[in-house]
Amino acid sequence: MAQSAHAHPTPRDYWMIAIILAVITAAEVAVAYLDADAIVVPSLIVLAAAKFFLVVAWFMHLKFESKTYRRLFYLGLVSAPILFGAVLLTFGVLIGS
Amino acid sequence: MSTDLATPEVGGPEAEEHHHDPAVMRKTAMWVFLGSEVLFFGSLITTFLLYSNDVGDGPGSEIFDIPFTSVSSFILLMSSLTMVLAHHSAMRQDWRQMRVWLLATALLGSVFIAGQVYEFTEFVHEGLTVSTSPFGSAFFVLTGFHGAHVAVGVLMLLATYFMSAAGRFRPDRGMNVEIVGLYWHFVDIVWIVIFTIVYLLQV
Repeated sequence: MAQSAHAHPTPRDYWMIAIILAVITAAEVAVAYLDADAIVVPSLIVLAAAKFFLVVAWFMHLKFESKTYRRLFYLGLVSAPILFGAVLLTFGVLIGS
Repeated sequence: MSTDLATPEVGGPEAEEHHHDPAVMRKTAMWVFLGSEVLFFGSLITTFLLYSNDVGDGPGSEIFDIPFTSVSSFILLMSSLTMVLAHHSAMRQDWRQMRVWLLATALLGSVFIAGQVYEFTEFVHEGLTVSTSPFGSAFFVLTGFHGAHVAVGVLMLLATYFMSAAGRFRPDRGMNVEIVGLYWHFVDIVWIVIFTIVYLLQV
């Protein structure tokens, strides 16, 4: 696959990513039916994160974008879970809804 | 394609000039819009997590048909592939090929929506509606809004397709394929999160 910071990926790269995404999706479904909660939840989160980053990096081209877009994206990526974690904590634990 | 994928780094004179490029400004605006959409869907997903166990007298996640939704997820993922291939064709100014991939993306998006309509219909027949329980409300609002976003994306794809077919496509103005693609891929990554949190983690 193209590795240069500003090199454009080729259709072959895109097809490879799509195959990896399909394999991960199949793995997710298989993992979801495992009878082992301790493994299932972290595995599903890791697999979903892998798909998320593959689409963002390759299909949305963030991997090849300027630092400005990358910083904006990572800022949102870090702040959003903090915000929603706070909401979950507030309503779920403190208020008990 | 008006906007090169490899934009200059911030700081230099070239970057200064680049920042006044309308195409770059439109792309930045789309990224900011997508940032607001992260908050929007994040709120809905958080709400779902809060109410996922509050099923009242109605059915819960046991009515989910995971194999069916997995196929829908696969279709939406593959639509991201066809979208990025449309973008690639546009960059090479191969407009005919671009239209083929745009149409393929719109078709896959439409199949996804059809699947969602079928799924919703089945759930209503099994007793889960938007007013059955907090779980039902949170589920239908979250997945319904996502479906609405996919529908808007299909309209954007078809508009781009028909403008190109009519010879009225101006990649340097308005909504170009890269901007439409960013929106479409975003809808895809939101579904990646929804599929995991709403469906797989509830099995």
